Amino acid sequence: MSETLLEVKNLKKYYSSSKGIFSKKNESVKAVDGVSFTIEKGDVFGLVGESGSGKSTIGKTILRLHDKTEGEVRFKGEDVFSLIKKDLRRLRVQTQLVFQDPFSSLNPRIRVGDAIGEAMVQHGLATNKDVREKVLQVMETCGLSPYHADRYPHEFSGGQRQRIVIARAMALNPEFLVMDEPVAALDVSIQAQIINLFSELRKKNGLSYLFISHDLSVVEHLCTKIAIMYLGNIVEMATKEELFDNPLHPYTKALLSAVPIPDPRVKRERIILKGDIPSPVNPPSGCKFRTRCPIATELCAEKVPEFRDVGNEHFTACHYV
Amino acid sequence: MLSEALLEVKNLETNFYTEEGVVKAVNNVSFSIGEQETVCIVGESGCGKSITSLSIMQLIPESGKIENGEVNFAGRNLLEMSKKEINRLRGNDIGMIFQEPMTSLNPVYTIGQQMIEPLQEHLLLSRKDAYKKAQELITLLGIPNSEKIINMYPHELSGGMLQRIMIGIAISCNPRLIIADEPTTALDVTIQAQILDILRDIKKELNTSILLITHDLGVVAEMADYVIVMYAGKIVERGPVMEMYTNPQHPYTKGLLKAKPLIGERKESLFTIAGQVPNLAELSDSCYFADRCEHRMDICLKKHPELKETSANHSVSCYLYEGEAVR
Repeated sequence: MSETLLEVKNLKKYYSSSKGIFSKKNESVKAVDGVSFTIEKGDVFGLVGESGSGKSTIGKTILRLHDKTEGEVRFKGEDVFSLIKKDLRRLRVQTQLVFQDPFSSLNPRIRVGDAIGEAMVQHGLATNKDVREKVLQVMETCGLSPYHADRYPHEFSGGQRQRIVIARAMALNPEFLVMDEPVAALDVSIQAQIINLFSELRKKNGLSYLFISHDLSVVEHLCTKIAIMYLGNIVEMATKEELFDNPLHPYTKALLSAVPIPDPRVKRERIILKGDIPSPVNPPSGCKFRTRCPIATELCAEKVPEFRDVGNEHFTACHYV
Repeated sequence: MLSEALLEVKNLETNFYTEEGVVKAVNNVSFSIGEQETVCIVGESGCGKSITSLSIMQLIPESGKIENGEVNFAGRNLLEMSKKEINRLRGNDIGMIFQEPMTSLNPVYTIGQQMIEPLQEHLLLSRKDAYKKAQELITLLGIPNSEKIINMYPHELSGGMLQRIMIGIAISCNPRLIIADEPTTALDVTIQAQILDILRDIKKELNTSILLITHDLGVVAEMADYVIVMYAGKIVERGPVMEMYTNPQHPYTKGLLKAKPLIGERKESLFTIAGQVPNLAELSDSCYFADRCEHRMDICLKKHPELKETSANHSVSCYLYEGEAVR
């Protein structure tokens, strides 16, 4: 029996977007609009979606980096949003976050070794005496050399900087990492290095990840379970094999067909979606995807499709599946 | 190559003078683009692919200098033209599309005002005709409500729409060549698919040639007729698209193709190219790829290999393909 690490139930996060102080209208952006999923220990849970689908908001909300609007987030059975300060500090050790842009997540005036060691000392995982040794150890696991510890962030390339950020996250020996587009800013050859590092760390340390990405090929390579998001909702969720071998939701199919294949011999039928993602301030009625869906009917405008299990732990929200 | 070259770049060298020293951003680059041909330059950040395209248009930043070479467009050397002549050419015979549509358009002018400018300037249309033509272009690019869009400001449109407008401006004067620098990198996949489709249609309908700069090997495979791979300012390999994907020769090209995860291909770990791109200000005499290459030989450390043809139209710059004598 696998152990549930993170449980998210009907999570909602709305941002208010009142226009100016004299505006009477008080509209809200429904960034995340009722999302539920669970992450078991050892899972790499992929969250895929286009810009504005709410995937990053989920990552930040489950770590309580900002407040929720509604719903429940449980980490190892504990309600994250009712933790008191002391317990929240404990959560901050067990969970870590890696962002897309490694340059803006590192303080340019702090040496890399100090940046990695600071949290270790703060949380009592190292003393001033042995912190150096422990920092070098973590750096080695992440593919950095000992002499890098005394350098400043600007002396590193993008790929190495991402390694530093990962090393800093790993320093506290967390159980759960949220990765928000960690390889999106990197070149192909460097991207492969970092992706392999993730796989190794997972094997070695038994880590679980929430991996947020827009790149389906990376997600397929790394994740065990995948959820596809559209305008604040999960439209399809399944194991990696199920999702890629048997995609059901029309949006998932369109996404998969839109990824260019690096092989000029392959010619395939592309599903070209019309238009852009609608504004999350005023999403379409019924199924939110209907404005771009190639198979939408009147029913889709009237009724919100239920997010249901279609067998094989494969969930999807579409009237026509 | 389909027919005679429309654009021919010969031994182009662009250097940047920085505090760290001279950065050889474009280092002896030669290639040509035929009529109605799509040529893709692919490479990682800092390999000089963007600077190559900017050098062709002479739009490089001030610290840079084009120090050698020829850029022949339809039989005339662009590097010897006066500013006025170049200005006539830009937007008229050569259209450009950049990565960030948001920063390429002026936020204080409406879409229409920006679209009619090249039409009035180059095609000498009246204001009224220019507006009409702009509206037609917007419709042609698949944006509904063109009469409304034309009076909107850039911030009111999404990234995908703005990129269409940029393409509209680029093709408005029926250019013979479109230079597109990472036109879909900032866009979502579903929008990218739309834009690539539009570019393909335009090429067919307007008979233009396209120089496409990208880092995405998937986009290259879909768009290119001819592929150029750049590394550290130099061309390391170039060839027809089928050749490049079925018979890649340079270790860097091979590595790039293997390092990208593919959908449907589930393997344990990805192939990696160890190390990182060298600092362009501190290049030695060796092959620039030598310290990352798994086939490194002694000669690789002594001299950078020349670009040599190995089969029809396929050239590679690597000692592995220079025969036994060299080894």
